[in-house]
Amino acid sequence: MLGLNKKDFLLLLIVTMLTMLAPFVLNPFPEGSALAQFNAGYPDLMQRFVIFGIFAIGFNILFGLTGYLSFGHAAFLGVGSYAAIWMMKLLTMNVIPAIIVAVVVAGLFSVVVGFISLRRSGIYFSILTLAFAMMSYQLAYSVLTPITGGETGLQPKVNDPRLLDSALVDGATPTANLFGLSMRSSYELEIGSWLFTFNAGYYVAAVVMLLSFYLAIRIFRSPFGMMLRAVKSNQNRMKYTGLNPKPYTLAAFVISGMYAGLAGGLMVAMDSQVGPERMFWTASGEVVLMTILGGVGTLIGPVLGAGAIKYMENIISKINTEILHSWFSFLPDGLEDLIVNLTYPFIGKGWHLTLGIVFMLVVIFLPGGLVEGAQRIAGLIRRKDKSGGMPPASAKAEPAE
Amino acid sequence: MGILEVSGVNKRFGGLQALGDVNLDIVENTIHAIIGPNGAGKSTLLNCLIGKLDPDTGSVMFDGKPVLGLAPHQINQMGISRVFQTPEIFAELTVLENVVIPCFAKRDGPFRMHAYESVFHENELMDKAESILRDLNMHMKKEMHAGALSRGDKRRLEMAMCLVQEPKLLLLDEPTAGMARADTNNTIDLLKEIKEKRDITMVVIEHDMHVVFSLAEKISVLAQGSIIAEGLPQDIKGNPKVQEAYLGGAQL
Repeated sequence: MLGLNKKDFLLLLIVTMLTMLAPFVLNPFPEGSALAQFNAGYPDLMQRFVIFGIFAIGFNILFGLTGYLSFGHAAFLGVGSYAAIWMMKLLTMNVIPAIIVAVVVAGLFSVVVGFISLRRSGIYFSILTLAFAMMSYQLAYSVLTPITGGETGLQPKVNDPRLLDSALVDGATPTANLFGLSMRSSYELEIGSWLFTFNAGYYVAAVVMLLSFYLAIRIFRSPFGMMLRAVKSNQNRMKYTGLNPKPYTLAAFVISGMYAGLAGGLMVAMDSQVGPERMFWTASGEVVLMTILGGVGTLIGPVLGAGAIKYMENIISKINTEILHSWFSFLPDGLEDLIVNLTYPFIGKGWHLTLGIVFMLVVIFLPGGLVEGAQRIAGLIRRKDKSGGMPPASAKAEPAE
Repeated sequence: MGILEVSGVNKRFGGLQALGDVNLDIVENTIHAIIGPNGAGKSTLLNCLIGKLDPDTGSVMFDGKPVLGLAPHQINQMGISRVFQTPEIFAELTVLENVVIPCFAKRDGPFRMHAYESVFHENELMDKAESILRDLNMHMKKEMHAGALSRGDKRRLEMAMCLVQEPKLLLLDEPTAGMARADTNNTIDLLKEIKEKRDITMVVIEHDMHVVFSLAEKISVLAQGSIIAEGLPQDIKGNPKVQEAYLGGAQL
């Protein structure tokens, strides 16, 4: 169906269901309960899940298939963001032109960067991409201040030209919209003590994510995708088989650059702002972590990795000492303080520490990432089903999100 | 008029004359062996034929067209395939994918952006790949990862990858290096079988005299960078110059 085989179609279907029902799936705990802080079903975070999902899906087309590890992909995300914000300043607050131009501009930029960086492979390629990204960051931060707004970044202003939009009423702020539907508008549904938020921006981003996920599946299963895996496997054999690995690698680089630009454009579509920190090397490193954490070269892995990291960033960093004290209040006082003090470095601003530990554990014990973990659990369940006939359907591997 | 004509090829590495005025004429549909002691320049010559090295002077013509200065993939597209000393395959891909990739290369050229089609809808190429695997008795292993094959099967797979492109010329660089006698004999049989079934020219670079004399229809002897003898196997066997250079005077 849709040109996919049964297994891929099923995967697409599951991902579609999960993203469409995300406001429910990510909000399993009732409002006001002690566990409510683990709910991830609020618009801001859900948008980030899908946008970084797109970023990681694209990155995986380059890194997962060809094995070329780019350490500068945030540059394309940033360039896409700047392009999108300029569309919002000059043309219209409608998100469609912003997103399209973001993809195109990031694509053109990645042709240049890719053409130069791909003259080398391995660690030298990584360093070249990193250098490009840091140059882009510096350009955005200081040199190109008139275009990028320097340190403070850019936002749509009331008095921007916006050729296609009619003039705003005095005092109104420009809001990103899709043919009039504001990206910020939400519909809230209350069922009992549960509160579910359906945000327009999230659904726009989610649909774009599903389209790019579908496209990624097609690329993975195409002759082109097979050639990219051949690039990773043995470039020498490729050459002596009559294939030129260079244009294949460059094409993969540009495609992943366009995915990054798409993610950058969507970010602007959601929050109408951009700053140079979006291009900093830590942002490039983050997408590498996402891809490896989820499972390099797998279809769903990067999305899971993006979800896991963004979840930790937003949820663990919200936990503070008071919350820890309330968790461990059942313990005797001295022990409670000890445990709180021991846990403290890993929460709040220390969430990176937790991420580091999780990352190390995954890389050491599950080199295939979360996807491998899910496969192992599924395998275990299957074996149990065969021998004992215990059907623990509820214990099915639920991807960490 | 041979299919591959090498004339006046010289190659120097610093002070070492690796190839000195080499002339070769490979006749279509023959198995031509190039032999010679270690350091005679066999590998250098082969590398000059496939675009890995550029000779200092001389010319290499394949099918009437110049080969020198072209990139390896362009030379392959002209109809020259190469089997390596240690099999070069796509270890992480399945056996079937390994054989399908050369089919795509042959049909679509060095690069094509076929990112939206499915590999498995290319029935014609899949059939071609499966039939060559059947020919070489590897069909039951088609779903295996190529890296998991035995050494002999890897060689067989590499051969399949070359043959599926229906090359006009197949270059083999010590195809039996490091093999046990039984495997060597299997490879000889395989090559003979291939030769019988299709019109193909082969150039074999080989160390092993047993292989050379059971396969070759014509032999060129390379010593210290130049061809010192050329002819039918029985002539080469008796040639005193060859025995001198190659065997240090001992009788074959």
